[in-house]
Amino acid sequence: MDWGWVQDHLDEIQSLFFQHAQFTLLALVYGFAIAFPLALAATRWPRLYTPILGLTGILFTIPSIALFMLMMPFTGPTATTCLIALTIYTLLVLVRNTVEGLKGVPREVREAAEAMGYRRFKQLFRVELPIALPVIIAGIRIAVVTTIGLVTITALIGFGGLGALFIDGFRQAFGTPIIVGFALSVLFAVAADLALVGVQRLLTPWARGGGSR
Amino acid sequence: MRGTVTRKAAAALTALALLAAGCAAEEDAAPSGGSGDSGPIVVGAVEFTENIILQEMYALVVEDAGGEAELKQPLASREVLFPAVEEGDVNLVPEYTGALTTFVTGEEAEASSDGEELVAELREALEPEGIKVLEPAPAQDQDALVVTPETAEEYDLETVSDLAPVADELTAGGPPEEKERFVGLPGLKEVYGIEFADFRALDAGGPLTSNALESGQIDVARFFSTQGIIEQKGWVVLEEDKPLIPTENIIPVITEDVSTPEIEAALNDMSAELTTAEITALNKKVDVDKEDPQDVAKAWLEEKGLIGN
Amino acid sequence: MTFLSELLAWFTDPLNWQGSSGIPIRTWEHIQYSVAATLIAALIALPIALYLGHTGRGGLLAINIANIGRAIPSLGLIIMAFILLGLNITPVMIALVALAIPPIVTNTYIGIRNVNREVRDAAGGMGMTGWQVLTQVEIPVAMPLIMAGLRTSAVQVVATATLAAYLSFGGLGRFLFDGLALQDYEQLTGGALLIAALSLITEFLLARVQTVVVPKGLAKRNATAAVDAKMSGKAGVASSGA
Repeated sequence: MDWGWVQDHLDEIQSLFFQHAQFTLLALVYGFAIAFPLALAATRWPRLYTPILGLTGILFTIPSIALFMLMMPFTGPTATTCLIALTIYTLLVLVRNTVEGLKGVPREVREAAEAMGYRRFKQLFRVELPIALPVIIAGIRIAVVTTIGLVTITALIGFGGLGALFIDGFRQAFGTPIIVGFALSVLFAVAADLALVGVQRLLTPWARGGGSR
Repeated sequence: MRGTVTRKAAAALTALALLAAGCAAEEDAAPSGGSGDSGPIVVGAVEFTENIILQEMYALVVEDAGGEAELKQPLASREVLFPAVEEGDVNLVPEYTGALTTFVTGEEAEASSDGEELVAELREALEPEGIKVLEPAPAQDQDALVVTPETAEEYDLETVSDLAPVADELTAGGPPEEKERFVGLPGLKEVYGIEFADFRALDAGGPLTSNALESGQIDVARFFSTQGIIEQKGWVVLEEDKPLIPTENIIPVITEDVSTPEIEAALNDMSAELTTAEITALNKKVDVDKEDPQDVAKAWLEEKGLIGN
Repeated sequence: MTFLSELLAWFTDPLNWQGSSGIPIRTWEHIQYSVAATLIAALIALPIALYLGHTGRGGLLAINIANIGRAIPSLGLIIMAFILLGLNITPVMIALVALAIPPIVTNTYIGIRNVNREVRDAAGGMGMTGWQVLTQVEIPVAMPLIMAGLRTSAVQVVATATLAAYLSFGGLGRFLFDGLALQDYEQLTGGALLIAALSLITEFLLARVQTVVVPKGLAKRNATAAVDAKMSGKAGVASSGA
């Protein structure tokens, strides 16, 4: 482990980290933007749940390298290809957890809200979502950690975030960049996971008593 | 109470969305050419040491000549990289006259063509696409077939022709492209009558190929003549005694839209100083001495007085 | 669309179905890597997880290891293993096994822990030894989750076995990496589709096996728990990096 190398390459490591974080953030935002309406649709019209889950499930099973490559003939080795594939992989978990979260709202609560005159939209945002939040955030956590791991694979088509360090180390038969890339991406995932747990605690202070998932 | 939660969540989400939008805007601003010299010049490379050193050199030279350079992650092969140049997503790449001519014209570059003929062919083919081929460097990096000293002794190998009678007992290894490129297996068959018992797709003179040759998993390896590892391991380069490998001068290829006379002159000056011996020494520093490509590039450019500082 | 017709041509070209680099051999290699890695992982993970689950120790690690496993970059792992161990199949196996272990451990552990205390006590009360409790009560009851873990693992391994080709070995990944280097998009897409298909087939096949292996009564009762575990582990499929 060559610490001298690390010192010399702090700039590069930093910019790779930013690329990594950028991809992760974008994939999650786009993923949620697609998954949330889908989840709402699935709760509103329960018949849709199985097909939606089925489709996102199948997409999810497609190995990531395969998906990146499948898109190459159409969108080339570009950031767009990476983002589309990364977003797709967040969908299953986000849809599933959002739906389960919303389903988990006790009927009595929903009925009480209706009785109090809350209309659909208000009900959703003021009552159901806050209750569903822990499960939804659990889903976001899984999606974030998964995405952080997947970004490294995009190194095979010229991106990779911290994964690019793996390719560097490979080419030079040199372990240090690989160790750095590995350690940082795992640390990033762990930190993001913990941060989200923190966010959850902040947003749902009432849930602290009982066992949260 | 619940309202506060949702408001907090909404605020967080909006902030995230704005941040993401900002990121996305930055992504889009990532250059695909840029007009004139106002956009950054994207310098590309293929994933092997020499190309990466050259990439760093070109970037430093461009910056010194007043341009703004951006390095793109190396890609798998010319087949992946050059289309990006043609699309305008990548602006400047280090290329090799013979191989590029074959790739661009779709016809095998004549092994007998001299360097100038190849450059002329390249210019003819690429100028209409808005791609400029600058001046070639004296340095050449040609495909080389390499064996261990033991193999050379066992099969009495000195030239590539010596492989012909024994090839069916040997396994060859090289980059996947080797199967298709004329200078690879097809040409070896046509020009030398060589047909190996087996071919293993590894990498372009990289760690997989080195490892495979060293451990005896392959008998004949495709490397590139300027690689430091050949000398380091004491391997034997088989002499090309029939015309197969064309001249392969290192040559900068740049898209017209970002090029300026200053940049072109600077790149040409740099190329003029680059001899085969020089680039081989630089490769060795990175591959064998494990130095950093950027450091090596910078030191060499400074030593030659090619960059200001 | 000519791309589709060219892709179809690739699939129907008899040359692609023969020889040592044809589709059947590559598929067989891929299956071999996957089966070997999953079996090795199971051999390592199951005893550990069963022990931990039965004794109730090491819960924190066992539950979270699937999470940690999701974060491990398989590409980095395989490259590092190559640098340390050289050009042979061992680095590939190490990376695959390392990725296969976490879902098995977590799901098995949770499955065993979830066995009702009363059931366990009753078994103890009937005079069963610890071993008997484990084998005759806990494992059967935990079966849905154990199977879910094995299934998640297997699918993950099939996906990641693609990387064997990155190190010049065989398997369906060969079509991806060769196709990429040669810009032969038919080969690339063909390979990607084959890998995706193999992944899906593995998923469905093992789901079938699961319905056969798990007693019907248990299946219903544990349905929710099984889905949960499958999902939380399944996320690992993509994180496997393949």
